[in-house]
Amino acid sequence: MSTADGLPVLVPDPSARRTGLLRLARRNPIGTVGLLVVVALAVIAVFAPQLSPSDPNAQVGKRLSPPSEQHVLGLDQLGRDVLSRLIWGARVSLGVSVISVGLSLLAGVSLGLVAGYYGGAADTLIMRAMDLMFTLPSFVLAIALTGILGPSLTNVIIAVAIVTTPTIARITRGPILAVRETEYVASAHAAGAGDRRIMVRHVLPNITAPIIVQTTVSIADAILIEAGLSFLGLGIQPPATSWGNMLGTGRNFMELANGLSVFPGAAIMLAVLGFNFAGDGLRDVLDPRLRGV
Amino acid sequence: MRTYLPRRLLSSVASALALSMLIFLLIRLVPGDAVTMWIGQEGSMTPDVQRTLRKMFGLTDPLPVQYLHWLGDLLRGDLGYSFRSRLRVASLMGRSLPVTAELAVLAMLLSAAVAIPLGILSAVRRNTPTDLIARLLGLIGLSMPSFWIAVLFILISATYFNWLPALNYASLLKNPLENLTQMAMPVVALGLPLMAVVMRMTRSAMLEVLNQDYVRTARSKGVTERRTLSRHALRNALIPVITIMGIQLGRLLGGAVIVEQIFGMPGVGTLLVSAITERDYPMVQGTVLLMGLLFILVQLLVDLCYGYIDPRIRYT
Repeated sequence: MSTADGLPVLVPDPSARRTGLLRLARRNPIGTVGLLVVVALAVIAVFAPQLSPSDPNAQVGKRLSPPSEQHVLGLDQLGRDVLSRLIWGARVSLGVSVISVGLSLLAGVSLGLVAGYYGGAADTLIMRAMDLMFTLPSFVLAIALTGILGPSLTNVIIAVAIVTTPTIARITRGPILAVRETEYVASAHAAGAGDRRIMVRHVLPNITAPIIVQTTVSIADAILIEAGLSFLGLGIQPPATSWGNMLGTGRNFMELANGLSVFPGAAIMLAVLGFNFAGDGLRDVLDPRLRGV
Repeated sequence: MRTYLPRRLLSSVASALALSMLIFLLIRLVPGDAVTMWIGQEGSMTPDVQRTLRKMFGLTDPLPVQYLHWLGDLLRGDLGYSFRSRLRVASLMGRSLPVTAELAVLAMLLSAAVAIPLGILSAVRRNTPTDLIARLLGLIGLSMPSFWIAVLFILISATYFNWLPALNYASLLKNPLENLTQMAMPVVALGLPLMAVVMRMTRSAMLEVLNQDYVRTARSKGVTERRTLSRHALRNALIPVITIMGIQLGRLLGGAVIVEQIFGMPGVGTLLVSAITERDYPMVQGTVLLMGLLFILVQLLVDLCYGYIDPRIRYT
């Protein structure tokens, strides 16, 4: 995960590394909380089979049982353990968001690089195509895409990836326009480096900060979009569990078991909050111009 | 303003054209074409009949020609008929548009009315407990999906006040009081996340502006603090705040789709979701188009606000 990889970047001074995390926590409490939440959720998602107390799809007791010692968060409308379903849901919700943002990074960064570096017709063509997608609210576009492609895990990933790509392309292209004119790019040209080498070795490393920050924000957006789609029944289909579809079906039983409407929503909020906090912290660290604002 | 308004209008028209292209392309993604869909509705027909029909409908024309025909129909207000109800798409949409528009406008007004004063307070009392609490609430609000807030509202009101959302929607014109009561919860659910964003932006814009020379000048020449903040600082800080509101509108409309569904409001979002689940493509096309037009229209209003607040924009 990019945030975990990004940690060494946060403490570049080797002498600070020993007390790095503590110092970071004091200087940037919000970012640290975000990072911890993200790491904790990632661990839960990866070790879901070991962590979940029971099979998420097995009926383990009476339907809609309230929380008990055995089943801490109670049972759902089919008698399935809510905690286990939340833990497996972390896998789906985070997995979908991380994979789709990974895809949109691949597409968005390449498109942004080509547009910004070559300029001219390529720039116009690519950025107008991106603008096309900005004419619709991203969630509406995502609904339309999954509606047309049909609801399935793969199609949700495709829809979320398409919807998050234009922002990343824009974020990538912006700073290239300045970097393109620098001496080191000119000297790389003079030394005979090819376009692709210059883009990947000289331009890209100089524009990573805003891209990393946008990645965390985009993952938070992706979690919300997936949750919204699944809530409406257009996303992840049962029996697979996602926090969104748990909330979507759970709310029909709110008078009988209010936990079914509270817990999945809290999980969505916690995940989004983690990525937003981490993004906020990363912005402070990586973009000194905005520090203290 | 004389050149600003037409220029801005022109760019809105360009956006609307772009939107129509996007929707045309989206609908082409549907497997099969109008004729296979028709077969799905009406039963089988011979390949010969299919070929004739395709020719009749212009489905054999090149894509750009098909687009122009489609656009022509669109401009005449012809969006076709709903597969499901057999009613004109345009007339169904006309009924639901006011609901969504009212919801979006009220949510925006509410969040501006709460968030801008809070943001100013947070900036003026920088690094005090008030500021920290406001910032923390802002970050939390940013992460609450509006559909969860909506579900929680219903849960709380059903458990403690024995109240559930009304089944019959009251229109603003016929029964304004009833309408506003029904609107209250959805508006707050949609407004809260937006509030968080606006508050954060107001705070950081105010902090930047408060360091400017003209604010110091105003203070040193004896302008009251209140007037310095409202006339000198806020007016300059509002531009990025309005920008972010325009950007967040997309999120608000997206949230409205689900919130309408939760509260059973007959808006564009409800129409869109039922069209998608029923595979009613003419309705999907119409409702997505309407959402996009609403988006473009409010962005236009936001930009015109800029011109009103900042004369520099009008004259350049």
